[in-house]
Amino acid sequence: MTDILMPALSPTMEEGTLTKWHIKAGDTVSAGQVIAEIETDKATMEVEAVDEGEVLEILVAEGSENVKVNTPIARLAGEDGAAAPAPKAEAQADAPKATAEGKTGDPEKAPAQTSTPKVELRDPEIPADAKLVKTTIRDALRDAMAEEMRRDDKVFLIGEEVAQYQGAYKVSRELLQEFGDQRVVDTPITEHGFAGLGVGAAMAGLKPIVEFMTFNFAMQAIDHIINSAAKTLYMSGGQIRAPIVFRGPNGAASRVGAQHSQDYSAWYAQVPGLKVIAPYDAADAKGLLKAAIRDPNPVVFLEHEMMYGLEFDVPEIEDYVVPIGKAKVRREGKDVTITAHSRMVGFALQAAEKLAEEGIECEVVDLRTLRPLDTDTIVESVKKTSRLVSAEEGWGPMGVGAEVVARVIEHAFDYLDAPPLRVHQEDVPLPYAANLEALSLPGVDKIIAAVKQVMA
Amino acid sequence: MAKAPAKAAQTTAPDKLSNTPSASKEDLLRFYREMVLIRRFEERAGQLYGMGLIGGFCHLYIGQEAVAVGVQESVRQGHDKIITGYRDHGHMLAAGMDPKEVMAELTGRIGGSSRGKGGSMHMFDVPTGFYGGHGIVGAQVSLGTGLAFAGKYRGDDSVAFVYFGDGASNQGQVYESFNMAQLWKLPAIYIIENNQYAMGTSIERSSSTTQLSQRGASFGIPGEQVDGMDVLAVRDAVKKAVERARAGEGPYILEVKTYRYRGHSMSDPAKYRTKEEVDEVKKTRDPIDHIKALLAAANATEEELKVIDNEIKAIVAEAVQFAQESPEPDPSELYTDVYVEA
Repeated sequence: MTDILMPALSPTMEEGTLTKWHIKAGDTVSAGQVIAEIETDKATMEVEAVDEGEVLEILVAEGSENVKVNTPIARLAGEDGAAAPAPKAEAQADAPKATAEGKTGDPEKAPAQTSTPKVELRDPEIPADAKLVKTTIRDALRDAMAEEMRRDDKVFLIGEEVAQYQGAYKVSRELLQEFGDQRVVDTPITEHGFAGLGVGAAMAGLKPIVEFMTFNFAMQAIDHIINSAAKTLYMSGGQIRAPIVFRGPNGAASRVGAQHSQDYSAWYAQVPGLKVIAPYDAADAKGLLKAAIRDPNPVVFLEHEMMYGLEFDVPEIEDYVVPIGKAKVRREGKDVTITAHSRMVGFALQAAEKLAEEGIECEVVDLRTLRPLDTDTIVESVKKTSRLVSAEEGWGPMGVGAEVVARVIEHAFDYLDAPPLRVHQEDVPLPYAANLEALSLPGVDKIIAAVKQVMA
Repeated sequence: MAKAPAKAAQTTAPDKLSNTPSASKEDLLRFYREMVLIRRFEERAGQLYGMGLIGGFCHLYIGQEAVAVGVQESVRQGHDKIITGYRDHGHMLAAGMDPKEVMAELTGRIGGSSRGKGGSMHMFDVPTGFYGGHGIVGAQVSLGTGLAFAGKYRGDDSVAFVYFGDGASNQGQVYESFNMAQLWKLPAIYIIENNQYAMGTSIERSSSTTQLSQRGASFGIPGEQVDGMDVLAVRDAVKKAVERARAGEGPYILEVKTYRYRGHSMSDPAKYRTKEEVDEVKKTRDPIDHIKALLAAANATEEELKVIDNEIKAIVAEAVQFAQESPEPDPSELYTDVYVEA
C-alpha cells in the first residue's frame, strides 16, 4: 500500500482545497498521470502521481477545504511506503479564492496570527457604524490599486507577472481584466530596467505602481529607487517629481534561503526623499496603499509574503485612505512599550496577550510608516510605560530598532526605567534548515524574553 | 504595427565632411550661433572651474556641439522630452535653457536651474522638456525609456531623445531598456555620442564590438552611424528616426561619431591619447569650422558671423556675471525640495 499525501505546492503553503479528483477507486494510475487539482492561496495546481498502481481508496473527498499538507488523500495498492505526488508547476489563470490562513515554516510554530487581536484600537477616522468586512491582505492591496486606477487614469501597474499571470502572489488578480494591458503591464525579468522606466514615466507625470516580485530582487533596481526617484526633486530644485510606488513582499517567506529572505525596512527608511510604509493588517494595507499611490513622492511599500492570505476587518467606507506617517497604538498597556511594524506587530500582540496572563501590560505601537517615523506616538507611549522593546524582522545593527531607541533616548531619556532592548533577526544570512531558520528569525518568544528583561 | 526589421540598416560615417549644404543660410546661421554658444559657454565654464568658482565635477562638451544642435532640430519644444548623462551643458543650451541659469547652477547659486542643489550633472527644465542631467552612467537610458513609455501611454506622439555615451553603452540597463522599448514599440531615439573614450578607456579597450549602432540588433532595433561632426548629417538622421518613432514604429539607435577635445572632466590630463590625435581632429573635423565652410559656400559674410560672435560673447559674459552675482542658496533652502507637500 502507498498513501498519496497532500502536497505542499509553495514555500508558504500549509493547507489547501482539494478541488478535483481525476481518479476514482479501482482506477490504475501511472507515474506522471494528473490525478487531482489542488487550490492554494496562490493558484490552482495539477498534481501528478509519482507511484503506479491501483487506487484502493480516495481518502479525502473532492471539494474538501483546508486539507493540511501531508494528510493522506488517497491510497494505492502496491509497494509499501508513503509517496508524495509531484506538483505540476502550472498555475491556472482562474483566480483562486484566498482562503489560506496559517502558514508553514513559522518560526513560532505557526502562532494563531489569523485571529484578530482581542484588543485593537480602531483608527479614529473610522466611523463607529462602519461595516467591517473580512478581507485578506492580498485582496485589500488589490482593492486599493483598483480603486486608485479607477480614480486616476495616470495610475498604472507594471512588473513581472502582474497581468496575465494575475500576480506572482495573486495581488493583482483581475486587474488586467478590468484595466487592460495598457495599464497592467507585464515586464520581462528586468528589475533595473523597469524600475528606471517607471521612474522616467513618473517624471513625465504618470503615477506608476512598480511591483517587485520580492524586494530581494529590487536590489538590482535600488539605484533607480534611490538615485533616480528619491533624489531628483531635490537635485532639480523642486522641478521634477517622481510620484511612484515601489511595492512587493519584503522580508522572510519560509525556507527560501538567504537571498530571498531579507528585510529592507532599514535600508530604504534611511533615505531622504523616500517615504517608507510597512503595514500590518488589511485595513492599513488598503488605506496606506491608497495614500501611497496618491502621494506626490516616491513611496516604498513593504508587504509581507507570509501575510498575504491573512484575513482582517476592513471598514467598508468609500475611499478609505490612511494617512502616511502616523503610528497606531494597537494595544494599550502601562508597563512596557513594544514598537513593531509589518508582521512583527502580530507577534508583539501575541506576546502582549501572553504577558498579560502574567500581569505585564504591554502597549503595542504599530509603526506603520517608517519614514517619516511617528516619533511623537512612540515617545508618548514610552513616557507612559517607561520601558521600551523594539521588534523588527531585519538585522539589528543600524536597524529600525536602533533608530527607535535613539529617538526615545533623545526625547524621553528621563522617563526610562530600564535600558531599551531590540528584538531582531540574528546577525547572520537567513539559513535554510528549518531549525536554524527558526532560531534566526525573531518571534513571540524573543519578544516575551526581551519584555521580561526590561521589566526585571 | 509594423514589425521592425530584424537586421538594422547601417551606414558608416563618411571620411569627409559633407560639403553639400542642404540647409538654408538662415538655418546654417542658427546652427552656427547655437554651436558657438555652447563652445564659448564651455570655455568660460572651464575658466571658472580653474578659478575655483565651479566645484566638483565639470564635464565639458567642447568638440561635440554638432550633436546636440543637430538633434534639437527635431525636438518639438514643450512636447518632446530630452534626457542625458553628466556631460549635459551642451544639451541644455541646445534645448533652449537660459545660459544664466545653467552657469549659475555650475557656480552653485540660488539663480541656478536647480537652485544650486544639483550642480553640473543634475539640471532639469520642464518647459524645454529637459529631464536631466543624470550622474549615474546609463541610468538615463532606463529613465528616458520611461519618458517614451509615458508618451506612448498618453498617445500624444511625443518622442524621447535619450543621449548616452560609448561608455554607458556597456551598462546592462541599456539592454534591458532596448528590449522593453522594442517590445512595446516605444518612441525612444537612442543617441549614442561615441566620443571614443569612456573616461580614460578607449572604445577598443572597453567594447568587444565597437559598432555601437548595431547594439540593438539582437532586439531588432535598427541603428546607423552618423558623422557627429556634421550638424546636417545629425539633423537628417535624427529627422528620419523621429518620423519613424512618431509613426509608432518604435525605437531607433543613432551612433553619432564625435570627439571631445577636453579631458573627461576638468581634472583629467587625458594622457590616454596623444596630443597629435586631438590636434588632428581639431584641424580637420571641427564641427564649427565645418559649418563655417558651409556658410561661406552659402555666401554668408564675415560680418554676419562677427555679429553672432559678439552676441554670443555678450550672452556668455552676462551668464558669467549672473553666476557670480547670484547669491548662494539661503541656509533655509537646505530642507526644501526633499518632499513635495502632499
